[in-house]
Amino acid sequence: MKQFIQDLAETNRYQATNLLRILREVQARFHYIPEEAIEQIAGLLNISRTQIISVVDFYSFFHSTPRGQYELLISDSITDHMLGKQSIIDYLSDKLNVAVGEVREDGVVSLDNTSCTGMCDQGPAGLVNGYALTRLDRPRIDQITDLINQQKPLDQWPAELFLVEDNIRRPTLLLDQPIQPGAALKALFERGGSETLAEITQSGLRGRGGAGYHTAWKWHLCYEGPEEDAFCDIDAQKQQQRYIVCNADEGEPGTFKDRVLLNSYAHQVFEGMTLCAGIIGAQQGFLYLRGEYLHLCDKLQSVLEERRQAGLLGNNILKEGLNFDIEICLGAGAYICGEESALIESLEGKMGIPRNRPPYPVTQGYLGKPTVVNNVETFMAAASIAINGGDWFASVGTEKSKGTKILSICGDCSRPGIYEYPFGTSIQTVLNDCGASDVLGIQIGGPSGTFISNHEFDRKLAFEDLATGGSFIVFNKSRNILDIVNNFTHFFAHESCGFCTPCRVGTALLKKQLDKIIGGHGSAGDVVVLEELCQLVKSYSHCGLGQTAANPILTTLERYPDLYQSRLKEISYEPGFDLDGALETARRMANRNDAGAHLAQIEANEHE
Amino acid sequence: MANKIRVATTSLAGCFGCHMSFLDIDERMLQLAEAVEFGRSPINDIEHCTDCDIGLIEGGVCNSENVHVLREFRKNCKILVAVGACAINGGVPALRNYIPLEECLSEAYLDGIGVENPQIPSDPELPLLLDKVRPIHEVVKIDYFLPGCPPSADVFWKFLTDLIDGREPSLPYELVHYD
Ligand SMILES: Cc1cc2nc3c(=O)[nH]c(=O)nc-3n(C[C@H](O)[C@H](O)[C@H](O)COP(=O)(O)O)c2cc1C
Ligand code: SF4
Ligand code: SF4
Repeated sequence: MKQFIQDLAETNRYQATNLLRILREVQARFHYIPEEAIEQIAGLLNISRTQIISVVDFYSFFHSTPRGQYELLISDSITDHMLGKQSIIDYLSDKLNVAVGEVREDGVVSLDNTSCTGMCDQGPAGLVNGYALTRLDRPRIDQITDLINQQKPLDQWPAELFLVEDNIRRPTLLLDQPIQPGAALKALFERGGSETLAEITQSGLRGRGGAGYHTAWKWHLCYEGPEEDAFCDIDAQKQQQRYIVCNADEGEPGTFKDRVLLNSYAHQVFEGMTLCAGIIGAQQGFLYLRGEYLHLCDKLQSVLEERRQAGLLGNNILKEGLNFDIEICLGAGAYICGEESALIESLEGKMGIPRNRPPYPVTQGYLGKPTVVNNVETFMAAASIAINGGDWFASVGTEKSKGTKILSICGDCSRPGIYEYPFGTSIQTVLNDCGASDVLGIQIGGPSGTFISNHEFDRKLAFEDLATGGSFIVFNKSRNILDIVNNFTHFFAHESCGFCTPCRVGTALLKKQLDKIIGGHGSAGDVVVLEELCQLVKSYSHCGLGQTAANPILTTLERYPDLYQSRLKEISYEPGFDLDGALETARRMANRNDAGAHLAQIEANEHE
Repeated sequence: MANKIRVATTSLAGCFGCHMSFLDIDERMLQLAEAVEFGRSPINDIEHCTDCDIGLIEGGVCNSENVHVLREFRKNCKILVAVGACAINGGVPALRNYIPLEECLSEAYLDGIGVENPQIPSDPELPLLLDKVRPIHEVVKIDYFLPGCPPSADVFWKFLTDLIDGREPSLPYELVHYD
């Protein structure tokens, strides 16, 4: 192990910013991060032991105790549940003879749940040692069990187990006309930087990751950098180190369009990043790829290499004097790392805890330098705009939302997959296209977005009405709204980074209070308490995660208040846990069973 | 004054620190006594809680007796108040929640150092321990919460005088600010 880590540190140039990279390798090799490894890495990178331990604890894919040689994780997204996840994991647990959350005694295999893996159109899905498994069913599980019991190396497993489909169903403006590699950069050099930025301004392009900030403004602000730099001379400003980050963390359950874009339009995404670098003067870019998309990594590396060979990346791009390269950084299982400032922390090799904003990344981002963070789709659209012009893009969409939006549609519909629509399209149109009938409601924008009921299908996709980062989950009338809300609420409690109390404690309380009501233990005041808690978590949380964590409850409570009320008992109060059960251990140890050794759940005079 | 406001207090799994802090209102106690009379309370050794206006509960719920006492208070008090960190969160006694009850009892009565005649006490008179110490709002409905470990005498004073004067109680920031 000593030599392994020594070599690892050396290939990573002893840089603390590469800590995640190093820990990923250690985890992959030893199936956990041993204490000795932590000591050694601390010495080699010259950082403290506790800093490494905090990082190991923070990310779901790092473990301080051994996992199986085959680490199986099953996606816990609502969409996987709708496709039969529970029976799949039970069957797996039975076949492999290992409980969920445990390592089998022989250490060969471990099994656990994980947050949405972004395979919602081809679930139930999972990961084995980080590699995506799709369409899990009993025959596949039988096959996987045999492979594991024979201890076959992953590279000898049949490829079809790892087959990930694109399922592009409705390509239009962007998806129908992928650019030729290099075309956007040629357009940039012909037209000039500020003229190209003007085209992007003209296009009205807004960020596709959710918040919808104007892309051209962001790029311009990053070019300007911190205020104090505005006074230095032009040459000094040109020397300023700037960074470009492509946010491919795609952790919002129900979102999987960035996976498809990176699989089939990677050149265009990288070209969009290079374009941005050319306009604002950056030398280094990063693609922050969620750990769940490990299967894309090699392919993306070879696209980068192709681009270097073709003179589209590296030194003196297209002989126009632009120097820019892109590095891929893999995440390690943390939804919060999609938040741009947490992402930057993670890129720096730290825990993904959101920073105070302002200062925004455009002035103080990676290593404190001006940084542009954009979504995958944003960079892709920018590359097309550089070629086709701002008007081409702006002619599509609505007043405040120009162009198209790429949706990942899943749930109860016959044709789940990727759909591209002009902004302004009605929800009903989308439902007709994807083959959804008997619809109860739709979750738009993922758990942090909105649940809309079947009376609202004339609403429109647009920043003015229903904004979404791409997640579009259809539920038919056989689904239970409270199950959906419960799944989402547990998701947020699991993914809260723990930095601020309103979210860390609040999401846990929301989960508990909701469990109490759904479990039928709620009484008169419990829905009011739930709503007050929601408002508290929403108003006092530090970042977007906490501020939206109550949305599943709030948006459904607003639409279906009776649903919640009907679960309540007509008594003033009932404990949310089994009172008599809580005495069981003491009763057994004291060997008692008299009347005084029991407690009624509700007081005698408190009957329904 | 004909109808004095009736106040009852008790300590469940607490350290009596909250009660001590209540007594720290010092001479204001006389003023309070003009408007208030006490029902069940450790201050006067009245054993059962009968019709009261305000019930002040210190400490969390650690055993079956706590549950009975808490229910008696809930049944007989119009307004029930969680007083102090232990009542609100479980506080210090809840530190045992990280250790399985089985291990706690074994350590204390069976195989701890210096244990003689090891046996788990078993007598119908003794309350049984709950597997975890619970905040009181998880067992009955609570109307108000007074934070602090313990809440200061001024908190008690402000809260009770607000109620006595018929105001909605509110605690200014200085009274609940601890760092
Ligand atoms: C909890 C949380 C998770 C997020 N996850 C993502 C994500 O997975 N992908 C993404 O592009 N933006 C995500 N965002 C939004 C980013 O913070 C940021 O606004 C976005 O990457 C900016 O790019 P854009 O302007 O191109 O949309 C997330 C925000 C929050 C608060
Ligand atoms: S709101 Fe939640 S995720 Fe955001 S900083 Fe606070 S604890 Fe972390
Ligand atoms: S809150 Fe503090 S003072 Fe009050 S009972 Fe608990 S430990 Fe004692």
